[in-house]
Amino acid sequence: MSTRIDARFAELKQQGRSAFVTFVMAGDPDAKTSLDILKALPKAGADVIEIGMPFTDPMADGPSIQAAGLRALKGGMTLRKTLAMVRDFRKDDNTTPIVLMGYYNPIYIYGVESFLADAKTAGVDGLIIVDLPPEEDTELCIPAMKAGLNFIRLATPTTDDKRLPAVLANTSGFVYYVSITGITGAATADSNAVAEAVARIKRHTKLPVCVGFGIRTPETARAIAENANGAVVGTAIVDVVRANLDAEGRATPKTVSAVADLVSALAQGVRGAKQAAE
Amino acid sequence: MNQNLPNSFRSGPDERGHFGIFGGRFVAETLMPLILDLEKAYADAKADPAFQAEMNVYLKDYVGRPSPLYFAERLTEHLGGAKIYLKREELNHTGSHKVNNVLGQIMVARRMGKKRIIAETGAGQHGVATATLCARFGLECVVYMGAVDVERQQPNVIRMEMLGAKVVPVQSGARTLKDAMNDALRDWVTNVHNTFYCIGTVAGPHPYPMMVRDFQSIIGHETRKQMQEAEGRLPDSLIACIGGGSNAMGLFHPFLDDPSVEIFGVEAAGHGLTQLHAASLAGGRPGVLHGNRTYLLMDADGQIEEAHSISAGLDYPGIGPEHAWLHETGRVKYLSATDEEALAAFQLLSRLEGIIPALESAHAIAKLSELAPQRPKDHLMVVNLSGRGDKDVPQVGDILKARQK
Repeated sequence: MSTRIDARFAELKQQGRSAFVTFVMAGDPDAKTSLDILKALPKAGADVIEIGMPFTDPMADGPSIQAAGLRALKGGMTLRKTLAMVRDFRKDDNTTPIVLMGYYNPIYIYGVESFLADAKTAGVDGLIIVDLPPEEDTELCIPAMKAGLNFIRLATPTTDDKRLPAVLANTSGFVYYVSITGITGAATADSNAVAEAVARIKRHTKLPVCVGFGIRTPETARAIAENANGAVVGTAIVDVVRANLDAEGRATPKTVSAVADLVSALAQGVRGAKQAAE
Repeated sequence: MNQNLPNSFRSGPDERGHFGIFGGRFVAETLMPLILDLEKAYADAKADPAFQAEMNVYLKDYVGRPSPLYFAERLTEHLGGAKIYLKREELNHTGSHKVNNVLGQIMVARRMGKKRIIAETGAGQHGVATATLCARFGLECVVYMGAVDVERQQPNVIRMEMLGAKVVPVQSGARTLKDAMNDALRDWVTNVHNTFYCIGTVAGPHPYPMMVRDFQSIIGHETRKQMQEAEGRLPDSLIACIGGGSNAMGLFHPFLDDPSVEIFGVEAAGHGLTQLHAASLAGGRPGVLHGNRTYLLMDADGQIEEAHSISAGLDYPGIGPEHAWLHETGRVKYLSATDEEALAAFQLLSRLEGIIPALESAHAIAKLSELAPQRPKDHLMVVNLSGRGDKDVPQVGDILKARQK
C-alpha cells in the first residue's frame, strides 16, 4: 500500500530535506474560512497537512486547540462537514497528504466502516487518533489499514524501548513523536532531547519520524528538522487564527493571509535545515 | 432476559479491561505506560496479604468501619411497605463512601513511590477524601474542581484547603465535573513521572473501574454480613444513586450473583428526562470518553453534552462501564429521580429519621418512596446512604428560603 504520505516523504528524501507538517482545526472559525486556509497552506510551504476534527473534550490538547475546536463546533462544524472540506480541497490539490487528527468518539458515533469509506473517498490519507493506543487497535487501526489509510501513532517520552515495538507494530505513513510529556502548546521542545529520542525510534523503524508539540518559531522548527524527518506546528498556527478574528470571533480579511505568512516563515525555517540522517 | 447471560456477573472485567463491549483503555500514549504499571502494581497489592491487613487497620481505626446497617423504623412506617435499612456510609470519616476508595488508591500510590496526588471532584466529597488521606500520609495534593462547583460547594472547598490541598477551579466548558476530569487528565499527561491520578468513581481507563469497585465492595460485603445478623437472610432489594456509580457498584457487586436480590440504580433526571438531566443510561448511548467506552450524553455528531443535576456529585454525562454492561444484561434496573424528587426526599429523611442526606443519596431515597410501598412488609430493602448532607445545607437552604418568599 502506497499513499500520498509515502510518496511525499520519498519525494522529500530525494530533495534532501525534512517535511513541514501544519495543523489546523477544521471549521475554525467557519467552514469557508477554514477551507481557504487549507488551500493556502501548500502554497505557503506546508508539505503535509493535519486537520483537527473538533471535539468537545480534547484531553491531550491545551487551551488554544481546545478553544479552536469549540469555535468550530459553535460555527456548526461536524465530522461529515470535515470530510466534505477535504473533498473540496482535493478538487485543486491531489498530492498534498491530508491526515485527520482528533479523538475517537465522533468516529465511533459516525460508524467506523462508513467513516473509513467516506474518508478514503474524500481524499484523506492518514489518521492520528489521540485516545486509541495500540491496546485498542481492533477499534480503528486495523480496519483503517485494511481500508488503505495510514494509521499514524504517537510515540512519547514515556514510550520506552520495551514498549516501542508495540507502538510501531501497526503504524504506517510516519511516526509522530510527541516531544514533551504534556498537552499541545504547553512547553518548548528541547531539540537535543528530541534528537536523541528520534535516533532511538529510528533504531526500531524505517518509517519517517516527525516531531510535534512545543514548536512555535522558525528557529525551533529548523532545529527540530535537523534531526527529524519532519516538524509539526499546530498551536502557533491556531493562535494566529484567533488573533485575526473580530471581536465577535468572526473571520476578518486578514485571517487567511496572517496564517499564510506564519506558515511561510516556519516553512523557511524547516527548509533551512539539513536533512535528517536516515 | 437475553440468553447470552454470563454464568457470573462478578467475573469482569476481562484481561483487556472490558465488561462486554464497555470499559477498555482509551487514553493518550503518554499515559499508557503508567496505566500498565498501575495495573501491575494493583495486581501485586491485591495478592499481598500485608496490603489488605494494613488497609483493614486504617478502615477500622481511621475510616470508622464497619458502617452501621440501620433499620429506619419511622421511614418504614411512613412508606408502609418494605422494611427499610440504611447502609450508613455517611458516617465514615470525611462524610461519604469516597474515603474507602481513596484509602485504597493512596496505598497503591505509596507502593508505586508516587509523591504527588491529583484528583477531580464534583461535589467535593472525593476531593475532601483525597485531601484528607494526602494529609495523613504527607503527600502533595491537587484537586481539580469546576468553577461552578467551587461556587455551589463552598464548605467542601474550605475543607480541602484546610487539609492542605490546592483546589484548582476549572474554567473550561460548563465548568463542572466533566471539565474537571479533562483538566486532571491534562495535568496527569504533563506530570506523569511523579503523579498518581486518584479517580473518584468506577470510570476511566482500565484498571480504574475494577480497582475502585474492589475498594468500594466493602459496602456490599458488610451489608451481606450485617443483614444476616439482623434478619438471618439476604436482603430482597438494594437501591443506590448513580453518577459515575461507585457507591452503587460497591453495594451491588457482592450481590450480583444472588438472583433473589433485586437491584436498582438511580440516575439524576435533573429537570426531567426530556430536558436537562444527567441520566446517561436513560438518555444516552454508548460512546468513548475519559478513557472508557460507556453510555454518554451526546449529540448526533458524537460531541459530549453537558449534564445537569441539582447534585454536583451526579452532574456528569457518563457512567461507569460496568453499570453500562449491567444495564444491557438487565441484571440491574436503572431508574431516575428529578431534582424536585431528590429535594423532597432530602427533607423527608431529615424530618423522619434525623439524618440529613447528601443530595446524591437523596436521589436513591426518592425512588425508595416509589418502590417500598409496592413491596410486602417482610421485604428487606437496603438503600445506600452514600454521603451526608452537610455540604448541601447552604444550597438547599437557599432554595427553600427562595420558595418561602
